[in-house]
Amino acid sequence: MAVLPLLAACGGPFSALEPEGPSARGAATLWWIMLAGFAAIFLMVSAVLALALWKPRTLRTFGAERTMVWGGLVIPSVILTVLVAAALALGERLLAVPSDPAPLRIEAIARQWVWEFRYPDGRATSGRLVMPVGEDVDFAVTSEDVIHAFWIPRLGGKIDAIPGHENVVRLRADRAGVYGGVCAEFCGDGHAPMRFSVEAVEQGDFEARLAEFGAEGQQ
Amino acid sequence: MTDKPPMDSPIRLHKQLAAIWDTPPGWGRLSAVNHTILGKRFMIAAFVFFAIGGLLAMLIRVQIATSGTAFVGPDVYAQIFTMHGTVMMFLFAIPMFEGLAIYLLPKILGTRDLAFPRLTAYGFWCYVFGGSILIVAMLAGVAPNSGWFMYTPLSSSTYTPGINADVWLLGITFVEISAMSAAIEITVSILKLRAPHMSIERMPIMAWYLLITALMMLFGFPPLILGSILLELERAFDLPFFDPTRGGDSLLWQHLFWLFGHPEVYIIFLPAAGAVSMMIPTFARHELVGYRSVIVAVIAVAFLSFGLWVHHMFTVGIPHLALAFFSAASGLVAIPTAVQIFAWIATLAQGRPRYDVPMLYLGGFFVIFILGGLTGVMLAMVPFNWQAHDTHFVVAHLHYVLVGGFVFPMMAAIYYWLPHMTGRLSDHRLSVPAFWLIFGGFNVTFFLMHLTGLLGMPRRVATYPAEAGWDWLNLLSSVGSFLMTIGFALFVMDLVVQVRFGKPFRRNPWHARTLEWAMPTPPPSYAFASLPKVTDRADRIDADSEAAALAAGRGYLGQARNGWQEILDVDMSSGRPLAIVVLPRRTYKPLVSGLLTGCFVLCLLFKFYWLSLLFLAFAIASLLAWSAGTGLKEDMGDLPIGHGEMAPTHWESDRPPSWWAMALACSADATLYASLLFGALFLWLVAPGWPPETVAGPAIAPVIVAAIAVVLAAMAGRRAVSALQQQVAPKLWLLTAGLAQLVASLAFGFMAAQVPEPTSHAQQATLFVILAYGGIRAAIGVLLAGFGLWRNHAGYLSARRSLDLRIGRIWHDYSCATGIVGLMAAMLLAYLAGNVEAPR
Repeated sequence: MAVLPLLAACGGPFSALEPEGPSARGAATLWWIMLAGFAAIFLMVSAVLALALWKPRTLRTFGAERTMVWGGLVIPSVILTVLVAAALALGERLLAVPSDPAPLRIEAIARQWVWEFRYPDGRATSGRLVMPVGEDVDFAVTSEDVIHAFWIPRLGGKIDAIPGHENVVRLRADRAGVYGGVCAEFCGDGHAPMRFSVEAVEQGDFEARLAEFGAEGQQ
Repeated sequence: MTDKPPMDSPIRLHKQLAAIWDTPPGWGRLSAVNHTILGKRFMIAAFVFFAIGGLLAMLIRVQIATSGTAFVGPDVYAQIFTMHGTVMMFLFAIPMFEGLAIYLLPKILGTRDLAFPRLTAYGFWCYVFGGSILIVAMLAGVAPNSGWFMYTPLSSSTYTPGINADVWLLGITFVEISAMSAAIEITVSILKLRAPHMSIERMPIMAWYLLITALMMLFGFPPLILGSILLELERAFDLPFFDPTRGGDSLLWQHLFWLFGHPEVYIIFLPAAGAVSMMIPTFARHELVGYRSVIVAVIAVAFLSFGLWVHHMFTVGIPHLALAFFSAASGLVAIPTAVQIFAWIATLAQGRPRYDVPMLYLGGFFVIFILGGLTGVMLAMVPFNWQAHDTHFVVAHLHYVLVGGFVFPMMAAIYYWLPHMTGRLSDHRLSVPAFWLIFGGFNVTFFLMHLTGLLGMPRRVATYPAEAGWDWLNLLSSVGSFLMTIGFALFVMDLVVQVRFGKPFRRNPWHARTLEWAMPTPPPSYAFASLPKVTDRADRIDADSEAAALAAGRGYLGQARNGWQEILDVDMSSGRPLAIVVLPRRTYKPLVSGLLTGCFVLCLLFKFYWLSLLFLAFAIASLLAWSAGTGLKEDMGDLPIGHGEMAPTHWESDRPPSWWAMALACSADATLYASLLFGALFLWLVAPGWPPETVAGPAIAPVIVAAIAVVLAAMAGRRAVSALQQQVAPKLWLLTAGLAQLVASLAFGFMAAQVPEPTSHAQQATLFVILAYGGIRAAIGVLLAGFGLWRNHAGYLSARRSLDLRIGRIWHDYSCATGIVGLMAAMLLAYLAGNVEAPR
């Protein structure tokens, strides 16, 4: 009830609730389903508690043991089984499994306090990511100093940038546009401004845009 | 030697017992070892830290109220949020529940004090001194600033060169001394010091909760303590464990931290749930429904909580199968929690619920905790977790769980048990508006914060751009937090009013049916003038009639004898009385030991390492001095304990509390050592930069010497006990054990010193620590053998009084077993590093 007006305000450049890619869309769908389901569960538990306080006779006839078995064991088990299975199936779809042809691979390298992106053709940009629309991109994420985390909320889940390790996350932008990216793991004084912009461009324009920014970002 | 019990004079009995148990006023208060005093002290200190943590939270809410309200730079902000988390978790939540447990446990178990009163006092001083180090560092502007979970390499000396991280590592480890000693003390007290014939299935439900919590602490805290020691070694002496450029791995820290950190959440929640399980039956006027099911559920929570730490690490890039396992386990923990919630609801339905202030706060607990549990299940779902992790959604979730699952039940508990502590009842005027302000303010602050997180706001950002669209949510959260603060201020005022002006009552104002109400309130220092005989479940007591009988001395130990502080040691399962435990009386020794330990920690903090060794020696000597003057110099045989029964003193008994404490201490130490070996294996398996250029391994000769020495020490320790029991002087065997431990210690030390360059690679650094640890353990064995010699020389030992040697024997056996394991592990790890390619 109090929630409803808030739902109108789900937008913004960093909003995970305004997804523009399959990964973020899956998570958002899962969220809305869980929100509805759990709101119902919360209301039901509250109702049972209210019953216990003000109309205990109903619950008493149902029986103490049955209250515990149904409320504590049966119903939660069913809900959890369905939920875990659904979430795992969804997670499976989002994994960066080897595919043919191999998706475009962009390296995302974090250091205090900037993101650098390296593209297959050897060009690099920093603080600004260019990616083609409508195709999977594998981001190989690592760090040169402390732990950071690579997150483009409107495209999909985050992955940590850990020194000495390389993590791969597969993202896809369905529409051209500019999205916000952030560092999600606290990494020192420059943590908050360690953001980057994500420019998703049509596949035909990708090379040109990259040439433009790559030249800009040439070191 | 025994006085004739004055059977029917409660006043005379009271005067005699009070003379023995009371703590003098004024400076004499510093010598207190009594659980009633120390329990209250713990709670008051924890509440002061809660106020400090709350003040820091206010600063956080001002800083990020809008995109334009930042008033400090990111460096200061990092100190503020790190200290907020650290203070609330380590200096408020854990000590608060310890305080409640210390105050209540002996009373609900029907005994007079905890097992080790001086340890309680020492734990209190360690807690207060350690906490003060952190607060003083904050005032000096050098507080920890890497976040409360201190992820490396950010917290390493490369990226945090100042003293900040050392303050956290040393200060918190200092505080953990008190947590570990409380864990051992609570476990032993519940298992061994209950009222006679209170069998384990008659225990009040809160004792079950506290027992399970204490056991979780015993196995949950060692990984954190190990992690802190390793990180401090890395910072201070450059030994690489977490440095990815030298074969270390920052993920090792995360595993060690969360292996502690997740059980920690339940360590905080379960005692609060135990308090809920005490209050609900009282106000429902019906005993707890499903007593056994609740116990099973709590045990299930405890086991599961050690199997889901990885859900804090879903984004570090771990294998898919592990994700599935930990996701399912994290969801599963909702089931035993739901069982408890429905047991409480069913109890209310079965009884005739009565409204009073604690019930109001319990209502807040139900609503907030259930919401927090539901968002917890959401976070356990991996695809959603990848979005919500490290955002304000998680901040909201953890506050729902911790404030709902701990703060609200604790406020209810304060209203429920404060009359017990003060003998005065609340007049209810301020507690109701205080509740609504706290409850309403809390939900305004944190309910909206879920959305803030989903709109993409990461946690721990000191500033954010206006175009992100987070301003209005943050502003509302900040307004809510100020409402909540006003509520807490009212709450404090209400407590002050109640303590000062509440109306006195005679006895048991809530008509509770547990033993803590079967005593005068406020409670006398000895709690019970005589100990009850419990023949039914301990939540079915008629507190009023019981109180009168016990005050008249008609229970066990209803007399003053030899100036002794007496309680009873009982059989773990049946509760049959086994021995009279003679507790140590008030003393300044814990304060002295606490101060010396504090000096040791400060020396480490300021890098006076040689001086620190001196203070370490002083601290150990002061701890050993505790045993001076305790013990018997002649056999006393069995003494009357009341109800026509006889029992020996604990010095003459088989397995008194101190024996079990040593066994538990060894278990905790074994957990720590196992974590170390796991860490070394983990690095070989996962860390970058392996194999090292040169692999170090121990030379075979000292390995054999050390192995023979630890076995010899264990054998000699055993022979010393059997010699004493056959009335032969144990001196020679004790000397042998001590010398063997000395040789073992030197052999381990030699091997550790032979590790070529411990700072060059994690393989050599871990090898060094594994070996050095063996040396320290053997050195403790030397001390214990020497202690046995001294006790023998001073005449405290006889065939009947062999306890001191049997405690030493546990240590010699334990250090033999772990010494051999450590040697084998050192060789195996060296072999793996040199010859086997890890399956990466």
